[in-house]
Amino acid sequence: MPVSVKFFAGLRESLSLSDLSLPADELHTVADVWHKATDGREPPENLLCAVNHQHSALDSTVSDGDEVGFFPPVTGG
Amino acid sequence: MTVALKTAPYDAWDELKAYEQQRLTAGRYGACCAFTGTMRDFNEGDEVKAMSLEHYPGMTECQLEAIADEASARWPLLDTLILHRVGDIQPGETIVLTACWSAHRAASFEACRFLMEALKSRAPFWKKETLQDDSTRWVESNTPG
Repeated sequence: MPVSVKFFAGLRESLSLSDLSLPADELHTVADVWHKATDGREPPENLLCAVNHQHSALDSTVSDGDEVGFFPPVTGG
Repeated sequence: MTVALKTAPYDAWDELKAYEQQRLTAGRYGACCAFTGTMRDFNEGDEVKAMSLEHYPGMTECQLEAIADEASARWPLLDTLILHRVGDIQPGETIVLTACWSAHRAASFEACRFLMEALKSRAPFWKKETLQDDSTRWVESNTPG
């Protein structure tokens, strides 16, 4: 199953990326997903990420069918 | 325990009263602590005329439920309520309501503060402000408190 990738807020706008689906082959970590989705762009220093709706890190592992979200610092409340 | 996202304006005090009447038994709790967060018409020295609140559907609910569960595990709470607006918001409208009920005040006070601080750092919401000249900007970080 492919990996589903979602971008939010200012990051979605600056990258012009919203939702995409990537083949899971060769995607072992969140960092791999970032690099594949952004054509090798350097991740911003304040980048936050989630795997299957749980806060994660760039070195977190990714499996077939996972959903990976990328976003800037949260500002709710 | 209830967590809900609101897509339209709501009255925090009406919601609180209705929830208390529907979900809690009078006489069983001795304390209720509630916090409401309201949209300001100013930020960082500028007048703000509107705001849009984006969120991560699915993750937002998941994180808010985890925060409420954590509060229930740490304090002896009878119930917990978290409401949060999403979408387009005007100054003066309620953004967030957190409320806790317990037998004694300490648990409600402490858990209510915890809910808000945890929400601020973990729940995936993002604010985009519209200024008086119709320009827009993302809020880049939360105020310290």
